Amino acid sequence: MADASPTAKAVVINSFATRHRFRLVEALPWLVALAGYFLLPGYLSLGSQIFATILFVLSADLVLGYAGIVTLGQAAFFGTGAYTAGILAANGWGEPISGLLAASLMAAAVGFLSGLIILRTTGLALLIQTLVVAAMLYEAANKAGRWTGGDDGLQGMDVWPIFGRYPFDMFGRAAYVYCLAVLFLGWLIARCIVHSPFGRSLTGMRENTARMHAIGAPVGRRRLVIYTISAAFAGASGALIAQTTSFVGLTSLSLERSGNALIMLIIGGLGRLYGAFIGVPLFMIAQDRFSAIDPVYWYFWIGLLMVLIVVFACGGVLGLLEQAQKRFRR
Amino acid sequence: MSKAALETRGLSKSFGALTVANGIDFRLESGARHALIGPNGAGKTSFVNLVTGALTPSGGTIHLGGMNITGLAQSARVKHGLVRTFQISALFQRLCVLENVALAIAERDGLAGGLLRPAGRHRRVIEEAYHLLDSLGLADQALAPVNSLAYGRQRLVEIAVALGLGPKVLLLDEPAAGVPSSESGVIVSVVERLPADVAVLIIEHDMGLVFRLARTITVLVQGSVLVEGPPAAIAADQRVRDVYLGERKHR
Repeated sequence: MADASPTAKAVVINSFATRHRFRLVEALPWLVALAGYFLLPGYLSLGSQIFATILFVLSADLVLGYAGIVTLGQAAFFGTGAYTAGILAANGWGEPISGLLAASLMAAAVGFLSGLIILRTTGLALLIQTLVVAAMLYEAANKAGRWTGGDDGLQGMDVWPIFGRYPFDMFGRAAYVYCLAVLFLGWLIARCIVHSPFGRSLTGMRENTARMHAIGAPVGRRRLVIYTISAAFAGASGALIAQTTSFVGLTSLSLERSGNALIMLIIGGLGRLYGAFIGVPLFMIAQDRFSAIDPVYWYFWIGLLMVLIVVFACGGVLGLLEQAQKRFRR
Repeated sequence: MSKAALETRGLSKSFGALTVANGIDFRLESGARHALIGPNGAGKTSFVNLVTGALTPSGGTIHLGGMNITGLAQSARVKHGLVRTFQISALFQRLCVLENVALAIAERDGLAGGLLRPAGRHRRVIEEAYHLLDSLGLADQALAPVNSLAYGRQRLVEIAVALGLGPKVLLLDEPAAGVPSSESGVIVSVVERLPADVAVLIIEHDMGLVFRLARTITVLVQGSVLVEGPPAAIAADQRVRDVYLGERKHR
């Protein structure tokens, strides 16, 4: 054993120390997205909606999948971002990138302030409070009709061309590239976070919060940090949808939006960074197919799909792939 | 009087009518091998929870190396070298063994808040974690998820995580609990080999283990210290026999 241990040690340390390196398969979603631009010119607007939604679901993965913070209130931040970008564009400031940043910052601020209060709790109590925050913002947006358009939604947004050169045209080309670029940036940041010591400590909190306290981690502070970062992601996603559709409705703050994000995340796979990339397209395709086959009860089929996934593949599609890979290696 | 590694003065805790700690005065000398024993429900684990800050005392004070830490948060106490293990393994079950220890080391070195550099680039942390596992005979399972390990091995990981924090005072809450006697020998030898400058308080039901490891024994009954002394005196003490060992006879 003593003879073998130096190499065994190198193997162990190397496999652990190289986990953050890029693997070839990680390029796949981006190649698909680039191919989509050229091969499916008729679906570019749908594509940009998918990218923005992936960013939203990625924000949910950071809090739920990594840090284990249960939430049904991600829409609060999505809606905050959407309304921030929307109100700016409807009131004379249509520059998209600064609007996106402002939306993201505003959502982060809402995440920080609400998190300061509600993250003291955990589990069911926290779940309800995340719901309440989103519900309060929903009602606030409904009441502030002068700014938000209330029930009718915010209209009259004038979003300027990107860099002053590339207008959001009817073919959706600029929107496609814009959303893809923002998603790519968000993914880079998220990837950096989850592989950092901070990100690893989040998984520690998810696995065993009591032990994280016992090894001296400032658990409360870390939860607040990731909650705020996640809110910023969700806010950017809301801004993307607002800017590319030139419309913000109250549904951007709805429970349905939060819930759908979780469904998409669970379909794709929690805590794996790529769950959003699989879950969002699958959900949207399933939604499209099911509603074509069964326009009235299509949600039933989504529900059935969820039940099947929870029963037979609790790691989602990515979990299934991991299991298949393990079996294949044996 | 020299500074104790850990000291409690009049430490008390009640949950309504239930008193789990009733004015406990306790001293753990530096480099001690000290055991805390007592019948079920005597308040041993509550004492650990009070000392580490998982519970807030109703009264009394706690001192670590002469410093009053009664008001400090749990995480701050760990930073001052007060480390515990858990009676029921509290590990990061789905993470690999190496990562369980690496998380502790990163936390100790204040690296765990870092957002920019990947954890894998902190090579020193990984190597230290590996060496620690190697010294406990766990190196061959370093990359296995903790939940795939036999329970006896998990008890060792439990100790490895604590050691990764570089403790000055180590509270071992029933390190051999749930481990078949054929395997507890490994845990005993690990505890025996702990650095001499670490003050160890071991809470244990297994009397063989207690009498083998401890140089001082404190007997806790219903939240109060009944008696304290060297193992031979404790074994001969009639009150201890009545309250503690006697209870076994009645079962």
